[in-house]
Amino acid sequence: MRQLWKKSLLLLLTAICTFSLTGCHGSRGLPEFTVPEEFDTSRNYEITFWAKNDTNKTQTDIYKKAIADFEKLYPNITVNLRLYTDYGKIYNDVITNISTNTTPNVCITYPDHIATYLTGINIVVPLDSLFAEERYGLGGSEVRFDAPTQEEIIPGFLEECSIDGHYYAVPFMRSTEACYVNKTYVEALGYTLPETLTWDFIWEVSEAAVAKDSDGTFLINNQKVMIPFIYKSTDNMMIQMLKQKNAGYSTDKGEINLFNDTTTGLLYTVAEHAKTGAFSTFKISGYPANFLNAGQCIFAVDSTAGATWMGTNAPLSDISADALVDFETAVMMLPQFDPKQPQMISQGPSVCIFNKSDPQVVLASWLFTQYLLTNEVQIAYAETEGYVPVTSKAQNSESYQEYLSRMGEDNSTYYDVKIKASKLLLDNLDNTFVTPVFNGSASLRDASGQLIENVTKSVKRKETVDDSYMEKLYSDVTSLYRLDQSHQSSMEKADLGKLPSTSVILLSALAGTWCLILLYLVLSAVKKRKRSHNTH
Amino acid sequence: MKKTLAITLALSLVLAFAGCGKSESGNAADAADVKSEGVMTHAEYVAAELESEVVIETYVQAKQSWWDNKATLYTQDKDGAYFIYNMTCSEEDYAKLVPGTKIKVTGYKTEWSGEVEIAEGATFEIEDGSYIATATDVTSLLGTDELINHQNEFVSFKGMTVEAANDKGDAFLYNWDGSGEDGNDLYFNVSLNGQTYTFTVESYLCDNTTDVYAAVKNLQVGDKIDMEGFLYWYEGVNPHITSVTAAK
Repeated sequence: MRQLWKKSLLLLLTAICTFSLTGCHGSRGLPEFTVPEEFDTSRNYEITFWAKNDTNKTQTDIYKKAIADFEKLYPNITVNLRLYTDYGKIYNDVITNISTNTTPNVCITYPDHIATYLTGINIVVPLDSLFAEERYGLGGSEVRFDAPTQEEIIPGFLEECSIDGHYYAVPFMRSTEACYVNKTYVEALGYTLPETLTWDFIWEVSEAAVAKDSDGTFLINNQKVMIPFIYKSTDNMMIQMLKQKNAGYSTDKGEINLFNDTTTGLLYTVAEHAKTGAFSTFKISGYPANFLNAGQCIFAVDSTAGATWMGTNAPLSDISADALVDFETAVMMLPQFDPKQPQMISQGPSVCIFNKSDPQVVLASWLFTQYLLTNEVQIAYAETEGYVPVTSKAQNSESYQEYLSRMGEDNSTYYDVKIKASKLLLDNLDNTFVTPVFNGSASLRDASGQLIENVTKSVKRKETVDDSYMEKLYSDVTSLYRLDQSHQSSMEKADLGKLPSTSVILLSALAGTWCLILLYLVLSAVKKRKRSHNTH
Repeated sequence: MKKTLAITLALSLVLAFAGCGKSESGNAADAADVKSEGVMTHAEYVAAELESEVVIETYVQAKQSWWDNKATLYTQDKDGAYFIYNMTCSEEDYAKLVPGTKIKVTGYKTEWSGEVEIAEGATFEIEDGSYIATATDVTSLLGTDELINHQNEFVSFKGMTVEAANDKGDAFLYNWDGSGEDGNDLYFNVSLNGQTYTFTVESYLCDNTTDVYAAVKNLQVGDKIDMEGFLYWYEGVNPHITSVTAAK
């Protein structure tokens, strides 16, 4: 079952706190990585790969097969797999292991997390020189498999792995968010789905869906439970709404602009619809898929990488068969403020390499990382969920195109909802965006979701949500996520501003003391010389 | 005189029997029902609306996790159980919350995927008193609507048969679909009267160093077992098992 998020939250907080305490300070760091002239195949290497899966056995099997296939090509490299089911746990463990110099060699991660790792010295290997290396680089002459060239990695996806002008990761899979819609209920309520969902449409239909009879039974589903609109990732919800509104969130340099009038306005809208029961969140109520499939939700927004859980015929389900309701599932772009200029987030796992004292080990890690970009791995993994491969080589391959064309042939490999979710991203590559990455961007992301969670929770508890509430909310969230601390780009020197007056006084006193000591020493030396002159 | 003696003897006998009946919970078991002023009874808690504020007195039965000043607890009084999620709690106080400890908790009642619990952010104070619940045998309630009345309680299941957890015939899985590894939650299937149920060893409650984790890893399909655990809920009953023994 998938109730892992509560643990993830704990772990994420663990990570933030641990790193703030142990972090990067005081570490002398490893030597900067340089690409060896030759990969020494006379030696044996053992590398660890920390991989994330969506609690999906097929995905873990693909990782294992990839390792076995790679080890056949490179018998001198052994890859040890460690499985994770959430990014927060990986983040936590990496941070713990940075402080003990026991990081994995290869690791699935988010660019936001890499930005934090980069506050250490030479912790994460910059990949620029490895990409370009003639023999071992992307598609290099000495690589023993059909690797993609740099040009064959989708440029937008690769750019997401660039921090301060250097590549610190390669994309592994990409997804976005989709709105999985119970079309049957929308039409039963007298509405027709537009080509592109708008926020206004969703709110209107959701309000219509909460009508009950005198017995408290919802008219639309004849059940006691109906939450028409459930959002899984409320940080994405806020980020995408702000982007669509062209409102502030953060700058590339790490300035935080989240707390603005547009945000406040959006939160009031959320509060309005949470109050009527038309809206809730995953953290407050549960997985959108479970409600959708039980006929208790009409608009379920979740990752395209969660598509196999969505719909009456979903191959994966957490609810019992007798709770499933038969309905038509529409896979749609998440709601927009301006349908003519759609904006959606690009997300998904990337892979980074941790530096080691032995560059040959790093090179072995790089070869394995590159193997994860081969068509064999890319296509197999992408087919497990509504992911898309990150290379044009894989996307345009006959095998992948055939997979897409067979949409709906069955309710497993070719499950239509899953393939529609993949196509949603493939058709909108130009409409995706990512948020700026900097040390602290992961916390800002969490904070943006927390605003929606808190407002939703508060109105459910019949608290008053007004201007003073918002003021306190912003203050609390700023404090909780330490947003008032400096989050400069990891590679930039921070402008710390003017020194506090107490510090100025203390430093002046210290400088004055040193001056007096020096003066005393000089005078003593002069006197000594005079005495010497007098005695000789 | 005879009457007085008879009454005295009768009282002695009554008290003696009552004393034998008490387990380690001692006198506190009787006191468990007596709530302080402003504190809800379990019945009032059950009747309280979701997202309303609740004040309860309860006894720690097991601790699931602590981090960042948040504790997750399985608790119970004589009348019923309360699952408390991410209660505000210092590490120092968490150490004091040994099984049996009486606490007064103020928070909000909520529901997540069928699990009724006291929501994140509740506060508590430690009070005098101790109570350890004995497991209620709910075997006969499996598959009935009545089972949910025991949600989160410490319960037992007797004489159930281990069934295959997947097509390969494994007796247990790491994670619900076998995608995990040692240290993750364990999932296993047990049946009774032709109905199969999925039970869990929750790794935060019982990690891979515990007897129950080892016991489940040693299960064979067809084994008859007795179990104890907490009657957690996730889209239906999902007991968090704390002990597995061969059926008696």
